[in-house]
Amino acid sequence: MVDTLTEIRHEYAVKTMNVVKEYIMGKQTLRALKGVSIEIRAGEYISIMGPSGSGKSTLFNMIGGLDKPSSGKVYIDEVDISGLDAFELAWLRCRKIGYIFQTFNLIPVMTALENVTLPMIFAGMTTQDALDKGAELLSLVGLGDRIRHKPLELSGGQQQRVACARALANDPAIILADEPTGNLDLKTGHEIIELLRHLNKEKGVTIISATHDLKMLDASDRIIWIRDGLVDKIEARADLDIGVGTLQGEEV
Amino acid sequence: MTSDAMTRAGIQRQIKLPNSEAVKIAVRSIKIRFWRSLITTAGIVLAIAFLTYVMVSGAIQTFVIPEDAIEPVGLTAQQQATRIWLIAISLLVCVVGISNAMLMSVTERYREIGTMKCLGALDWFVVKLFLIEAAFQGLIGSAVGALTGFIAAILVGLTAHGLLLFPSMPWGRAFSHVLIALVVGCLLAVVGAVYPARRAGKMPPADAMRTEI
Repeated sequence: MVDTLTEIRHEYAVKTMNVVKEYIMGKQTLRALKGVSIEIRAGEYISIMGPSGSGKSTLFNMIGGLDKPSSGKVYIDEVDISGLDAFELAWLRCRKIGYIFQTFNLIPVMTALENVTLPMIFAGMTTQDALDKGAELLSLVGLGDRIRHKPLELSGGQQQRVACARALANDPAIILADEPTGNLDLKTGHEIIELLRHLNKEKGVTIISATHDLKMLDASDRIIWIRDGLVDKIEARADLDIGVGTLQGEEV
Repeated sequence: MTSDAMTRAGIQRQIKLPNSEAVKIAVRSIKIRFWRSLITTAGIVLAIAFLTYVMVSGAIQTFVIPEDAIEPVGLTAQQQATRIWLIAISLLVCVVGISNAMLMSVTERYREIGTMKCLGALDWFVVKLFLIEAAFQGLIGSAVGALTGFIAAILVGLTAHGLLLFPSMPWGRAFSHVLIALVVGCLLAVVGAVYPARRAGKMPPADAMRTEI
């Protein structure tokens, strides 16, 4: 799977500089992010931890180019994304970044396979190639026999697997996962984490995952703690000392 | 400056959504939401049936020669005025009913739109998908509506004139009314969808996905 994305890989997959995000709610201004600067290297598995309302989902949206910061800069592969126009931003979302959401966000009217092929169609792939690759990706996530099922005919864990396959559709350099295990039970959550870890190791995809699931920590290389819209601390996994399960990543 | 240009070279521009794919997605979306789209389409059917009926029965009244006459009696000034009123009201029903149906069918899918934008859809991909969908619904709805209205007008004409309706029936004019009603229906469906689709297309994906209806 050698392609242009790997050729132009830079040291930092994501860099933010002093990102501030303010929401105006009536007369009040809510500062969700108060100046966040982080650097994420290509190929890292990063967890962004923090309590609800800490600003981690907002940060996730900033990194993914899903929303614009009020001030500060976000670099994806050393490109300042505030300078991109709508066409370039769409290209970035389509090719460079794969998204996984807490609520899966599959398109309910499409089958698993159609959901996975949609980003490829947006990327200009021919239908047959897209179908082939979609089927391949779905078997990679263990749903090879379910490709014709609609999201509502699948369990939560299966839906999230479809979302993982969809995120991989255009061989992104980065996968952004916003609480991917938030709506899943322990076991399925565990499976999704293993899947992400596997993709990270095998394909070298940078994984950035906002979470408050402690299981995720074991899998990650570094943990960025966010509190009240600021980076609280950044820890490497080696420095962690929490007894949650086994180190899932080690089996690979 | 040059380094900026160089790094930006890695980013390309997103442009594609083949028409065939867009049509496929739109058709599937109508089919799968069959009952929901049936309600939307029913609104169009009713409005267009009303419009067609008013226009065609007007033509029958104007041109069909009654049993005891040699030439059509035509409409009195008052009947003419009433007829114009009815057409105006039925058009109003079309505009309000159809645009409301379109508005609802777009706003209830904000999350889906946000998701599509995350996957790399441009604003106009979204607009295109919704407009194709609206055009299909408009076409189907107005075809059924126009047919219903036409048949109703003929039946009413038959009760008034009996079989004498057919020799002097202004077929050409009636068909042109049906055609007008068809065009009006399609046009209103598409126009009614433009505003909500554009608004949805322009939303930042994060906002679109946060929206709860």
